[in-house]
Amino acid sequence: MTSLQAIEIALDQRLQPTNIEAPAGQLVALVGPNGGGKTSLLRALARVEQASGRVTIDGENLDAAPEARRRRLLSFLPASRDVTWPISARDLVALGLDRPDEDRISELLALFELEPLANRPVDRLSTGERARVLTARALASRPRLLLLDEPLSNLDPYWVIRFLEIFRASASSGQALLVALHDLAQLPHFDRALLIADGKVQMDETPAKLVAGERFGEIFRIRENADGQWEVRQPEDRRSSR
Amino acid sequence: MRLFLVLTLLLGIAAHLLLPIAPLREAQAIDPALADLLLVQLRLPRTLLVIGYGAALGVSGAALQATFANPLASPDISGASSGAALGAVIGGYWLGLSQPLALAACGAAGALVTLGLLVGLAGRKADTATLLLAGLAISLAAGAATSLALSLAPSPFAFYDAFDWLMGSFVDRSLAQAAAALIPAGIATALLFRRARALDMIGLGEDVAASLGLRPRRLSLEVIALSAIAVGACVSVAGAIGFVGLVAPLFGRRLSRGHPGSAMFPAALIGAILLTLADLAVRAVPLDRSIPVGVITALFGTPLFIWMVVTMRRRLTA
Repeated sequence: MTSLQAIEIALDQRLQPTNIEAPAGQLVALVGPNGGGKTSLLRALARVEQASGRVTIDGENLDAAPEARRRRLLSFLPASRDVTWPISARDLVALGLDRPDEDRISELLALFELEPLANRPVDRLSTGERARVLTARALASRPRLLLLDEPLSNLDPYWVIRFLEIFRASASSGQALLVALHDLAQLPHFDRALLIADGKVQMDETPAKLVAGERFGEIFRIRENADGQWEVRQPEDRRSSR
Repeated sequence: MRLFLVLTLLLGIAAHLLLPIAPLREAQAIDPALADLLLVQLRLPRTLLVIGYGAALGVSGAALQATFANPLASPDISGASSGAALGAVIGGYWLGLSQPLALAACGAAGALVTLGLLVGLAGRKADTATLLLAGLAISLAAGAATSLALSLAPSPFAFYDAFDWLMGSFVDRSLAQAAAALIPAGIATALLFRRARALDMIGLGEDVAASLGLRPRRLSLEVIALSAIAVGACVSVAGAIGFVGLVAPLFGRRLSRGHPGSAMFPAALIGAILLTLADLAVRAVPLDRSIPVGVITALFGTPLFIWMVVTMRRRLTA
């Protein structure tokens, strides 16, 4: 069953017309060099900006969905962890829901181990703690599609593993997830990986095949050495590959 | 806490209507109808205007702060009040308008122009320093333009005439004037209240709000227009009063647990209370002259404003 279907979505210079499909239950990683278009793709899918093309989730046109319906279709987590107002962690998670649902809020606070911080204003949390609160907000309405921009940055190792487990559980419950990443070591946890550069999807593979592909190293300007470590390509390599 | 605010406001309204009690007693002794006349024709418009203006300042301050994602955005800091004063001066002394509603429209137009300038100069997502500087520049320019417009006005008494009103005054306002300020302000305020939930969601960031199907850009333009109408109409009748629109939302957010949109309702109550108290203070001064209300609000507002700037600086450097 196809959960997400995006046809010809584009954002001026940043994202060329792109088609993307993601079945329910799939955990999809977005990787690519800085400025390659990962965030633009997520923004275009979330309809943050007036993007062209068409996005449907479970066959429902996103642009035509009213506000209350949209929450159930999609959640977008931006990379920024900034929160302007001193809202408590609990209240911020509650903003992810249409109407107050204490059980759901408690469940999320427990899942992200936020109970001791629940009543603290989010502007007094550390960046990593705030990341947990904001992610809990994004998950709150149990949307069909989760668009997460760098959710694993600023997290300590325990929380990187926990987040990956939580994402897998979400996928198993039938949600589709598109997750922008920087750390290539996290790729094996995903079902599928898209390599995005120059505003285009350059590769669409399983993580293992993606990393093994020649274009992967070319685009990232890195290569795997004899020890299995990533290293920067030498200038002559780069010239020959471009 | 909200109940306490409502009770305080009711107490303030009663005090504002009845104090000082001596003239009412004397009138009552002469003729009960005279006392009624005093109460309805003289005291009531003033009381209505004071609570309406205070509430409008609280609501538009909270709405502007939510929109600009900045706790210092407010009708006075943004230059909207100065712009409204300029608009009313031009309407009254140059275009020769005397209809209260026409003057209110001029005030709203002035506020709208200055807020438009602010967005043009600083952008909708300006940082605090840019917003303050742009607002200061606009306020200074509008203030100078107001002085110029008064100096060169056809009427030689314009300057003297307007001084009393410019810094805020509720003395001798008619019911028609109160209506001209309060009807547009009331409608604009009601429309702002309807956007409380959306403004709370904007607190999550414009990108998240947009992904939920809200239109942040349109919402902020609506908030700016509605705030300009609410503040502009009140300024045209009772002058530019500072600090209430800055301080009331600050305490309003304490009651809305930090939510910027839901803060509008408590901010309205607090704004009304603050301005009622300020005007009571003005009338309590045992002199034959009147002190502008804006002076009283500045007296308590300035220290708070300085405190806000200091705590913000501490948080920024921490």
